[in-house]
Amino acid sequence: MATKIFKHLHSTVVPVHIENIDTDQIIPARFLKATTREGFGNNLFRDWRFDENDNPKTDFVLNNPLYSGKILVAGKNFGCGSSREHAAWAIADYGFDVVVSSFFADIFKGNALNNGLLPIQVSDAFLRTIFTAVETDPHTEIEVDLEKQLIKLTVTAEQEEFEINPYKKACLINGYDDIDYILSKKHLIEEFETKA
Amino acid sequence: MGNTLFDKIWDAHVVSKNEGFPDVLYIDTHFIHEVTSPQAFDGLRDRGLPVFRPKQTVATADHNVPTIDQHLPIKEALSRYQVDMLTKNSAEFGIELYGLGHPYQGIVHVIGPELGITRPGCTYVCGDSHTSTHGAFGAIAFGIGTSQVEQVMATQCLLQSRPKRMKIEVNGKLNLGVTSKDIILYIISKISAAGGTGYFVEYAGDTIRSLSMEGRMTICNMSIEMGARGGLIAPDETTFEYVKGREFAPKGNEWDKALAYWKTLYSDDDAVFDKVLTFDAADIEPMITYGTNPGMGIGVTQKTPATNSIGTDERSSYTKALAYMDIDDDAAILGKAIDYVFIGSCTNSRIEDLRQVAAFVKGKHKADHIIAWIVPGSKQVQQQAIREGLDKVFIEAGFALREPGCSACLGMNEDKIPAGKYCVSTSNRNFEGRQGPNSRTFLASPLTAAAAAITGCITDVREMLELENA
Ligand code: SF4
Repeated sequence: MATKIFKHLHSTVVPVHIENIDTDQIIPARFLKATTREGFGNNLFRDWRFDENDNPKTDFVLNNPLYSGKILVAGKNFGCGSSREHAAWAIADYGFDVVVSSFFADIFKGNALNNGLLPIQVSDAFLRTIFTAVETDPHTEIEVDLEKQLIKLTVTAEQEEFEINPYKKACLINGYDDIDYILSKKHLIEEFETKA
Repeated sequence: MGNTLFDKIWDAHVVSKNEGFPDVLYIDTHFIHEVTSPQAFDGLRDRGLPVFRPKQTVATADHNVPTIDQHLPIKEALSRYQVDMLTKNSAEFGIELYGLGHPYQGIVHVIGPELGITRPGCTYVCGDSHTSTHGAFGAIAFGIGTSQVEQVMATQCLLQSRPKRMKIEVNGKLNLGVTSKDIILYIISKISAAGGTGYFVEYAGDTIRSLSMEGRMTICNMSIEMGARGGLIAPDETTFEYVKGREFAPKGNEWDKALAYWKTLYSDDDAVFDKVLTFDAADIEPMITYGTNPGMGIGVTQKTPATNSIGTDERSSYTKALAYMDIDDDAAILGKAIDYVFIGSCTNSRIEDLRQVAAFVKGKHKADHIIAWIVPGSKQVQQQAIREGLDKVFIEAGFALREPGCSACLGMNEDKIPAGKYCVSTSNRNFEGRQGPNSRTFLASPLTAAAAAITGCITDVREMLELENA
């Protein structure tokens, strides 16, 4: 089963200027009763987006018509807490292809990559630059080039290189999948088991 | 150069190593539960693959089960469906299931150790971040996402890059009323909720050594709350004593062989860690969190930080957290009135926790307005508590002893803290809405939680203990 292919992206961004966003905020536990991967986007950031009566909260950025795009930009330590992959599914299902932050929790980062959602870790300074740009002009566009590992603000051409595990990069660019890779080593697994 | 304990176990489990690729790591036991497994089973079906090693896969229903009337069908349709799916999938793929009604059912991180499935030197994963709990036995254990659950089901292996190693030493004697929960809340408050990201932590030092297995599990459990991949503690006599004789522990010759190996599991004296932190047990007082991540903790007699002492980048998040909790900055937390007490979760729901709470509340009664739930970590813990008569103590004190499950730890079943209400909880996360939409959580030890139930407000348990000891 191939993952989604990702190479480039050119898009406006949605800034969620909050730090330590945990996966309980991204998708609250009460929505984890589903047994498929689809439909979680409706409940992305549920309790920040909607009040008790399911009315949209106008002060939350996802409800602000000025902001849209395929890039989510968030404060430091994004995706901490629960290992629920539903968080990555919700973000991807909502329509994001990239999440930018200055720091990601480990499990979230892995989950995102396994779903063709690219987590880009930038410096604190570059993150500030993006927030300032977007909060001044909601039409600010960002370009992402995975091959070159570059993220760039289109108008000012300010850019930064980002890191990604070379294997994971190849997976995204080619749509490879971890299971196919490990299964190609099946003989080694069986050998390992007889030694143990 | 010597090896760390972590590297010894990791190296012994590497199936294949390729430059530029993550290692293919062999997983000894894969724990699964109802919430993070259905999509993985579907993935296997789509690929036409079996579970590669079903005998090394153990299933239980815990996150989404009711904690009363477990003998009746689950009322809520979606929850029932999810639990039924686990039953169906386990049967179809040949996996042993400790489901509702089974004498071994319980929170996955409680039953593994108590059944002797969790042992030194092994690797464990589960689609749940608190899998780090099992590291208390000197094992490598960590949480994974559902794609990885599918990966382990399909191959019994996980593609994983080796994390950095951190050692956290705690030395010295613990003060009265200070428990392992306070140690870990203290450490996280010092290094922040992201301070361990990218690392696997080994806890060491004489304070850690002096802890029971239950205490060690509480510490390793919360490793993830500082962002660490996992935490582990070198096995010793306390560990071996605990494992010995348990249902699935090795027996006879196998035991002797295993024990000989387990005794080699420690970090060599000259092992190099990427980071070393040292704490003094004497500095730790009973802890309480005041904010919306587990790093926002203070000693129970301290004040919340003044907003102007927080860095500018973090200030808006700090203000947001205090507003959510409706708590002032630079203010005492002691005496703050609360509404609920939850004693449970994979952090503090073992028999030792229940014994400690029972000993403390015996002869006392909860404050009138408090709702106090005790949710045992497993069927076995529940049965043991009843055998020891703890249930009677709890009832007399006005606490409800419920049936095992994750319960109000994550508010997935009906055990939720209502909006705006305050709960002192022995669980591990105080995130916004974690215990129910708009609920407010103070994380604390079972002792501090029990004390709050009695007085109806946040209390320094030491004062009550001193009175008793006087
Ligand atoms: S008790 Fe809480 S933290 Fe532990 S496994 Fe259950 S939901 Fe997760």
